[in-house]
Amino acid sequence: MDTVRITVKIKRFDPEADARPYWAEYPVEARPTDRVLDVLNHIKWEVDGSLSYRKSCAHGICGSDAMLIDGVNRLACKLLVRDVGEIIRVEPIRGLQVIKDLIVDMEPFFDSYKAVLPYFINDDPEPARERLQSPEDREIFDATTKCILCAACTTSCPVFWTNERYIGPAAIVNAHRFIFDSRDQGTAQRFAGALGEANGLWRCRTAYNCTEACPRDIPVTRAIQEVKREMLWRSA
Amino acid sequence: MARAHKYDVIVVGAGGAGLMAARYAAQNPGVSVAVISKLYPTRSHTGAAQGGVGAALGNVSEDHPEWHAFDTVKGGDYLTDQDVADAFAHEVIDAVYELEHMGLPFSRTPEGRIAQRKFGGHTRDHGKSAVERACYAADRTGHMILQTLYQQSIKDQVVFFNEFHVLDVLIEEGTCRGVVAYELATGELHTFHAKSTVIATGGNGRMFKVTSNAHALTGDLTSIVWRRGVPMEDPEFYQFHPTGLYKIGVLLTEGARGEGGILRNADGERFMERYAPSIKDLAPRDMVSRAMFLEIREGRGVGPDKDYIHLDLTHIDAEIIEERLPDITEFARIYLGVDPITEPVPVQPTAHYAMGGIPTTIDTNVITDGENTIVPGLYAAGEVACASLHGANRLGTNSLGDLIVFGRRAGIHAAAYAKGADFEPLPTDAQDRSRAVLDAVRGASGSERASHVRRDLQATMMDHASVFRTDETLSKQVEILKELRDRYRNVSVEDTGRIFNTELMEAVELGFLLDNAEQLVHAAQHRTESRGAHSREDYKDRDDDAWLKHTLVHREDDGSVRIEFKPVTLGRYEPKPRVY
Ligand SMILES: Cc1cc2nc3c(=O)[nH]c(=O)nc-3n(C[C@H](O)[C@H](O)[C@H](O)COP(=O)(O)OP(=O)(O)OC[C@H]3O[C@@H](n4cnc5c(N)ncnc54)[C@H](O)[C@@H]3O)c2cc1C
Ligand code: FES
Repeated sequence: MDTVRITVKIKRFDPEADARPYWAEYPVEARPTDRVLDVLNHIKWEVDGSLSYRKSCAHGICGSDAMLIDGVNRLACKLLVRDVGEIIRVEPIRGLQVIKDLIVDMEPFFDSYKAVLPYFINDDPEPARERLQSPEDREIFDATTKCILCAACTTSCPVFWTNERYIGPAAIVNAHRFIFDSRDQGTAQRFAGALGEANGLWRCRTAYNCTEACPRDIPVTRAIQEVKREMLWRSA
Repeated sequence: MARAHKYDVIVVGAGGAGLMAARYAAQNPGVSVAVISKLYPTRSHTGAAQGGVGAALGNVSEDHPEWHAFDTVKGGDYLTDQDVADAFAHEVIDAVYELEHMGLPFSRTPEGRIAQRKFGGHTRDHGKSAVERACYAADRTGHMILQTLYQQSIKDQVVFFNEFHVLDVLIEEGTCRGVVAYELATGELHTFHAKSTVIATGGNGRMFKVTSNAHALTGDLTSIVWRRGVPMEDPEFYQFHPTGLYKIGVLLTEGARGEGGILRNADGERFMERYAPSIKDLAPRDMVSRAMFLEIREGRGVGPDKDYIHLDLTHIDAEIIEERLPDITEFARIYLGVDPITEPVPVQPTAHYAMGGIPTTIDTNVITDGENTIVPGLYAAGEVACASLHGANRLGTNSLGDLIVFGRRAGIHAAAYAKGADFEPLPTDAQDRSRAVLDAVRGASGSERASHVRRDLQATMMDHASVFRTDETLSKQVEILKELRDRYRNVSVEDTGRIFNTELMEAVELGFLLDNAEQLVHAAQHRTESRGAHSREDYKDRDDDAWLKHTLVHREDDGSVRIEFKPVTLGRYEPKPRVY
């Protein structure tokens, strides 16, 4: 297949060598069907081995390679060259500390996730077989089970940019996954914890960036609204 | 962070097998457990599994664990150890219920039970017809298993060392005493002293050019313990999944055929009718991949280069496709620009799964020879291990089952051993080997790029040691591997930093990958028969008299390879010709 000539501009930073981040430019040949991740690999493997980023699955299910591409949070492995212009600008996701090039410190993100008690809570004795759940009840929280914890939503959120202690959309999405699961009994506990606190749910200003950023097409803003409504309803 | 750590049980790997092992080990009061993973746990490739986990729940139609065990043995072309298949088929039922009790959001039947669908090689009553045995959560079953187990580990407060890359397993005087790992964020080596070590590091598909496996699946531990005297069992049995997206290898689950999808050649013919008249497109993977290869070779491939096959879903209700196969539908749309609802999808066989691996007993103890001599304190589970469940060919949905059944066994046995054992002293030079592995790359001044050696390895393995093999192709590959190893010595890296030196780690992984290729090629050359996924064009038939036995590939101190054999545990199922 014919290749096209593109220029990749990458915001780079090596903590052991650079005082501050800088833009590096790489002119490369790429096929229109290449993933942006393939292009980064090409640069790393043929041009500059020190270019650093995380990757694993290469098809959008492990959540390793969220980055800011042409101003929008995307997974590099889920975006093709034919869908971007001749010049691609790649930067680390925002709001988390940059460690090296496109690698950021994910710990604060995972701390917020853990704070919403993102696990199944049900203290009833376990039945011999499965707990029953109707397909309709299962459908209610289907979308939020898709989250791959890539942080594209949280790091696109203007509230998070100004307040890194805001738990962020990803954490709320994962709370939603349990709150709307007919088998789960932990809702009160979750609302009494991080979700209901000052940096919890109510910081959301429905900017919708998160919904646009989600590579799994989760209707993030709607999920957050549903959790808010549930909390209001419960406290009424 | 301190660089010396001490835990009763160390689990290496945080995919389904590792998380399950950690959970069960940690349920023992007083037993300290930590998990080490080079990826953040939720990035593990278990998350990529799509189609389902097989268990004879009988939610959709009648089913029994005995039928499941039989299918596993037959699917494995009788190289499966039958005691293992029996235990597995019974325990996996409980294990699936356990996942549900942990909250796993399975798709549901109208009655509210766990939904089940058909999958290749899973049959009713010893081969009569296909049976719904695969328990699924849409087409992201592995994602849900990985998420659910990770969620549980948060609840259970499991200790993790994330983005720590294990470089050595400390087997000294026959017992295992822990591991050494490289911390990606700092470039420092850490020593983990342990009574029990569980290896759960997944596959090695990155030795092939077209693969469904993640970049991280480089067979690190199968190389590391091999150099520490542990043989590899049955590495010649490597599975190619029939339906990888053309050229890029991203997987389209067999569940697509379970829902009615059909493979067609350039003439539009449903060619599987000729190869497996009774279950057609749902024949086991080795048979379907071979049939596809033959169709292509005989000129009936699709496309300008006649080099792919069509997976046709267009006759299936659009709603069913969107509801039960949403992810793979999206993969086809994004990566190939093809909409499966209206057009057939170009596919080709993709390197997928290692049936072989680190040899273990049914209780996951690692063994070192044909007499089942164990290494006290060392366990292995999941794709990296070979308890001989999958024999010569794994059935779809049996890997996820393997993770939860044998991950659990590993956790239980590792903890039980730790309770009764003392910490064996560490050698004074515990980090020496790891440092040598790093220095070999860091200190090299050659002009070779790791990426070029890797590219050539992947291309030649695909050409000479994939779906079809002959003595000629394998001999050639043995020579090529020698050249690649010479070139590897000249690999150097540009990045000299300590922090997240991913270039260095990729080069180290390539060294591991070369060992994996060597194990596979030597074992394949040795086995002069065709069985399951190992298909020799110069020895087309299965030969039970000579070859109904497992291979153990040893590495000698001088770097040469020695082959030993181990008997197959037979049972109630007599080896029969495998027809479907
Ligand atoms: C696309 C795809 C679809 C599949 N679908 C199905 C299916 O539907 N049903 C089914 O039964 N099977 C399926 N399989 C197979 C199955 O998913 C895998 O075999 C299984 O998930 C492997 O799990 P694991 O726990 O052994 O390893 P993985 O999940 O791969 O985890 C390996 C872990 O080891 C860690 N690790 C590796 N090396 C090191 C090191 N050197 N140091 C530290 N940590 C390390 C990694 O970080 C990771 O945490 C599929 C496989 C693929 C690729
Ligand atoms: S590499 Fe896994 S999501 Fe992109």
